[in-house]
Amino acid sequence: MLARRLLFVTGKGGVGKTTIAAALGLLAAREGLRTLVCEVDAKGDLPAALEAGEVGFTARELEPRLFAMAMDTEESLKEYLALHLHLPRLSRLGPLARTFEFLANAAPGVKEILTVGKLAWEVRERHYDLVVVDAAASGHVVGQLRAPQAINELLSVGLVREQTDWMIDLLTDPATTGVVIVAAPEEMPVTESLELVDHLDSTGVDLAGVVVNRVLPELFGRAEEEVFARLVEPAASTALSGAVGHPVNRVLGAARLAVTLRRTRAAHLARLRQGLGPGRTVLYVPELFDRGHGRRAIVQVAEALAAELS
Amino acid sequence: MSGAGSSIEQLLAAKEVVVVCGSGGVGKTTTAAALATVAAADLGGKVLVLTVDPARRLAAAMGLARLGNVETRVDPGAFADAGLEPRGELWAAMLDTKQSWDDLVRRHAPDAATRDAILANPLYRNVAGRFVQSHDYIAMERLYELHSSGAYDLIVVDTPPTRHALDFLEAPERMADFFSSRLLRWLLMPYRSRLVNAASRPFHQVADRVLGTVFLRDIAEFFMLFQAMYEGFVERAKAVERVLEDHRTTFVVVTTLESAPAHEARRFVEVLRSKRLHLGALVLNRVLPAELLDRASTEAARRLSASPETVAAAVLAGQPDLVDDPKLLARVLQELGESFLNFQVVAKREAEQRAELGVSAEVVATVPSLDTDIFDIAGLVRLGEQLRRS
Ligand SMILES: Nc1ncnc2c1ncn2[C@@H]1O[C@H](COP(=O)(O)OP(=O)(O)OP(=O)(O)O)[C@@H](O)[C@H]1O
Ligand SMILES: Nc1ncnc2c1ncn2[C@@H]1O[C@H](COP(=O)(O)OP(=O)(O)OP(=O)(O)O)[C@@H](O)[C@H]1O
Ligand SMILES: [Mg+2]
Ligand SMILES: [Mg+2]
Repeated sequence: MLARRLLFVTGKGGVGKTTIAAALGLLAAREGLRTLVCEVDAKGDLPAALEAGEVGFTARELEPRLFAMAMDTEESLKEYLALHLHLPRLSRLGPLARTFEFLANAAPGVKEILTVGKLAWEVRERHYDLVVVDAAASGHVVGQLRAPQAINELLSVGLVREQTDWMIDLLTDPATTGVVIVAAPEEMPVTESLELVDHLDSTGVDLAGVVVNRVLPELFGRAEEEVFARLVEPAASTALSGAVGHPVNRVLGAARLAVTLRRTRAAHLARLRQGLGPGRTVLYVPELFDRGHGRRAIVQVAEALAAELS
Repeated sequence: MSGAGSSIEQLLAAKEVVVVCGSGGVGKTTTAAALATVAAADLGGKVLVLTVDPARRLAAAMGLARLGNVETRVDPGAFADAGLEPRGELWAAMLDTKQSWDDLVRRHAPDAATRDAILANPLYRNVAGRFVQSHDYIAMERLYELHSSGAYDLIVVDTPPTRHALDFLEAPERMADFFSSRLLRWLLMPYRSRLVNAASRPFHQVADRVLGTVFLRDIAEFFMLFQAMYEGFVERAKAVERVLEDHRTTFVVVTTLESAPAHEARRFVEVLRSKRLHLGALVLNRVLPAELLDRASTEAARRLSASPETVAAAVLAGQPDLVDDPKLLARVLQELGESFLNFQVVAKREAEQRAELGVSAEVVATVPSLDTDIFDIAGLVRLGEQLRRS
């Protein structure tokens, strides 16, 4: 996975896209790759996860080899115009920039191409060994990845059109670009992930792998499960409370909850595996109980990913 | 918990529109369906739930085909299967953005020629469904239409997952702004008159080089056609806004107690307040049981995790037949203790979030994490009962 040069991390809302993108970036940087992590929706979750303070359009090095930036389509357009038209930075031409922003909102693919184009450009110019994108959620990522094709279909001439061909080549080269789908072992995330795998075909972008986030540890093996079943019998649990010196019924209740939760999640996981079919990379990241967020959590997730990848 | 005589039950009885909102994946669709189900079952009348992208099994349970904007009555037999005799009727509809846009165009187009030109415009076909948060706008637009039809006593509206929870609230306003925008007119100017004024010339030159003239003309044609419907749109957007502000409308904010959704929920509550919209209730969904915070149980868990062998020996002394292998028992006991303490960490985090969130609404409903997905009427009733009791 880390051998590719551009990874789009996507998945249903709230499943852990930002967490996984940050962890992949951190892992790559620690393994010696010059890495850029980019947040596409500019919500600020990615810098928050890395405890990095404000991060803007200009990439900043957070620790050795780990760079972070936040996408800003207006800035991307300005950079693009400056590079290709040798126009002065557009900031003085306020209404012009605003009109573009406006156009970008209305016309399909324009915003997307400015996002994808900037990232692809960083890859093409070899500014980084790896670019990890905290991309749009599954509903919108296809539009993002298909943007160059969409623009190709709409535009027949013009500078933008000239740019789309190399982007398509770069995006559809499986050695270079891949999508990482983050899924939680729950009904909707699994369903959406499988649908996304189908839709990816229309983009020509390769699936690099699926990360199943928040997997619950297996509490009991079969023999243990039998013991547990006996322990919840009234006589046994009374004896246990006596031996412990405190009532254990709620501890037993919590274990039952954990077992059921895990069982439901395991069923969704099985459906995911089956739907994906053989030969796909599937990585598992455990539920973190101490802290679900912040840098320490990202480090833990990165370690889990490293173990899965090795 | 429900002060000043208000409760979810009273909201359902007194209001005509309940908008269910919150960040992605927290349970909006499920909550909306559950609220509508109990309202139809217990309070009677004609209740409609307008849902967005329901999970397939939930859609199937409500008898909704995957696509389509039509309202369908949920088979009373589904209630009977759940052992219920509903007092009212439950109806359900899904939101089909593309179809809703087509309907809008048909309604507002000044003449058949404009209508057909728009519907056939390749750009429109690309845009409908992606157009300036069109999903959000369409959700509100459909709500307006259904509400003003007067066919329902209560409409419960699910909302699409938005980047920011408040996007859809601003969608009508943004839509009106969009069509009355000076920028839009400016953009269209060269295609309307041959006179490109000095101010816009540099823009058009750059745009030409970047995007190509053909594309610009396509865009211009598209927007010019749309401008013909401008007044209809703006008026409509304002009417939609009025429904949201009406005192018969209330908002239910759903959140889990995880940090990101809770943060979003707090922001949402603030926005509702600043816009003077009615916050009916806050629903805390998928909450871990409070027993996880119990003191004595914590002591028990600590002991199990710290000295499982000692405890195992003591248990086996009184119950020698329980297991053959004391090591196996010790292992189970240790797991029990550790698992409790693990989940307790999460429960503590949740309790902190709850303390911060709880003060923000008059009615706060807590729904536990149910052990199965909710995909039939019986499940919705179970969830709805939890909500109603709060
Ligand atoms: N393995 C994990 N164990 C525990 N908590 C986790 C784990 N992964 C993510 N979380 C928590 O889940 C929440 C959502 O994670 P994150 O922000 O990464 O999701 P996202 O998919 O980027 O969300 P959004 O769609 O809002 O951008 C965060 O509070 C995060 O700390
Ligand atoms: N209290 C609960 N206990 C267990 N599962 C639940 C609970 N509430 C919701 N779920 C499950 O969580 C998943 C997401 O719920 P739902 O689809 O209602 O969320 P949503 O907020 O509408 O998501 P989206 O933002 O993607 O539209 C579903 O699989 C649903 O069955
Ligand atoms: Mg995120
Ligand atoms: Mg939903």
